[in-house]
Amino acid sequence: MSTSTAEGRLLRYVDALQEAFAQEMARDESVFLFGLDVDDHKSIQGSTRGLLQEFGPERVFTTPLSEDAMTGMAIGAAMAGMRPIHVHIRMDFLLLCMNQLVNIAAKAHSMYGGSVKVPLVVRSMVGKSWGQGAQHSQALHSLFMHIPGLKIVAPSNAHDAKGCMIAAIRDDNPVLVMEHRLLYGTEAYVPEAPFEVRPGRARVVGPGDDITVVAISNMVPECLRARDLVAEVGISAEVIDPVWLQPLDIDSLLASARRTRRLLVADNAWLPCGASAEIIAAVLERAGPDAGIMVRRIGFAPVTCPPSPPLEAAFYPNPGTVASAIHAMVRPAAPAWQPDPERTRLSYQSSFCGPF
Amino acid sequence: MNPENRGDSDTQTIVRLYRRMRLIRHLEEEIARVYPTDKIKSPIHLSIGQEFIAVGVCDVLTAKDRVSITYRGHAAYVAKGGDLRALVAEMYGKRTGCAKGRGGSMHLIDMDAGVIGASAVVGTNIPVAVGFALAAKRQRSGQVTVCFLGDGATEEGCFAESLNFAALHKLPILFVCENNGYAIHEPLSKRWATDRLVERVATYGIPADRISDGSLTTVRARAAEAITAMRAGAGPAFLEVLCYRWQEHVGPNRDYDQGYRSADELAPWKADDQVARLADRIEPALRARIDAEIRVQVAEAFTFAEASPFPEPEELYEHVYS
Repeated sequence: MSTSTAEGRLLRYVDALQEAFAQEMARDESVFLFGLDVDDHKSIQGSTRGLLQEFGPERVFTTPLSEDAMTGMAIGAAMAGMRPIHVHIRMDFLLLCMNQLVNIAAKAHSMYGGSVKVPLVVRSMVGKSWGQGAQHSQALHSLFMHIPGLKIVAPSNAHDAKGCMIAAIRDDNPVLVMEHRLLYGTEAYVPEAPFEVRPGRARVVGPGDDITVVAISNMVPECLRARDLVAEVGISAEVIDPVWLQPLDIDSLLASARRTRRLLVADNAWLPCGASAEIIAAVLERAGPDAGIMVRRIGFAPVTCPPSPPLEAAFYPNPGTVASAIHAMVRPAAPAWQPDPERTRLSYQSSFCGPF
Repeated sequence: MNPENRGDSDTQTIVRLYRRMRLIRHLEEEIARVYPTDKIKSPIHLSIGQEFIAVGVCDVLTAKDRVSITYRGHAAYVAKGGDLRALVAEMYGKRTGCAKGRGGSMHLIDMDAGVIGASAVVGTNIPVAVGFALAAKRQRSGQVTVCFLGDGATEEGCFAESLNFAALHKLPILFVCENNGYAIHEPLSKRWATDRLVERVATYGIPADRISDGSLTTVRARAAEAITAMRAGAGPAFLEVLCYRWQEHVGPNRDYDQGYRSADELAPWKADDQVARLADRIEPALRARIDAEIRVQVAEAFTFAEASPFPEPEELYEHVYS
């Protein structure tokens, strides 16, 4: 388990991503970045800003709307020694890439007996709020966690956005980077020099003793707020960011859950067959029957994401629902408790508005 | 002096092509013969009758060039110079296989020979081949990529997507459609609104040619033209080559008694068998010597495969991640 670092400058998530691309493309000629809109005036919210000017159209280019073939093309280029970064403005579009990602990217190294490698990065962002609706809001990481041969990372802050992206680019395997649109404006201290946040290490982002809260992607800041809220009623929650979902640092999650004997997993996704189910199953399996760990999951309501604001608000977990869940687990005999709704709002989310 | 090197270059070419054709034909006949013993534990898709396409195309490639092959890929693998012993060992599931027993007949690969891998999901290899072509262009390596695909693959969305992208970026890739008229057991008439495939392809600005005479010589000549243009900087090209699958879709047998096709369809193709056509043009003594050498070569590959060890169970977890 690694600890957070306070080196560097305050940088926005989106700028940390851009810095990772610029530095890695300068370091390694074989890295190229492509996808619909990467070279336009909006430059994927700024995350690809200036790259076309610096590295030229051979290394930074847009594509036809052909996600299936573009994924295959990237895989072929990777097998031929390049390091492609394929960009999707929403994770929902990865469903158009499934055949290539699952049948070739994940399997090529194995089914060709180790004679090829696929150093491919697929980045996509999860949307939330302002009417993202049914098909711009899905976090599909669990679909990919099921498949041997893929790696998945979900950076929750600017520091990890840069460090994970650099680690992903340098990795010899296909890596899916699940970004979150609402996190793009959030700031953290980020070292200027290139660095890697390596696969398979979780991070305690808020220590505590009464309960372990594993939070994925955008749920990390939400659970940190919940941690503050429950602290006011005397509950000490430990919030852990797994950072990498595949490989998953179960050892760190298990060590914390063994100590607190309560495990809540807050996922930015639906629950059935999800990352939350996998994390709980893996922890309990390893903990054994005598560990006595109470478990619970919290995530999307089991419905399609609606755009209407009151429905959307009910669809997502939030610091208030997480805090209530923590309270119910730590004090099962006490009456149900809810924090002041005003204090459950997160400014970086409240300030977000469209169109993207 | 090696008798194969005597005479004009035409004769040398004929002998070279015959060797390849005979090798592939004999290899696959041996695979079919051995298959009922269950020593080969892999679904085999034989290319008997279709070999002339792979042999004609690969004859005009250099060792550095690449071919992307289909699950019916034994012919192209061998035609490009893929390791014969590793192919047979792969079908036996042995550690010495070209994919160390992790691929099987449908996932042949030999990167050293420029065989960049086969996929069992139809059409999936097409964009991957385009990626190799993109890399070759970016790396200025001068390598050409040939993407073999079947008629069924042209119905997949990624086929159109790949053509468009390859044309847009003027990539050095030759698409070769081996049109044997059937996707598993379904004929073109049940799958294509029209058979004007080359017209469809041509709308992307890709030179597209249909070869319907079943001739190795024609395939080789058209491929040579396309590859020469590509080496001079022209973009992609497309060849549709009509052919016929003599054996069943998967397995070692004939299946003309199954009702979905008639042996009458086979007759004209068999009468114009390109292996026999080439054989007729080689003097009998030389031909007999080549045939004998090929029998030894193929027998040796099977002996190698049989003698090779299986992977150990603990090797299961290797090569999941690199």
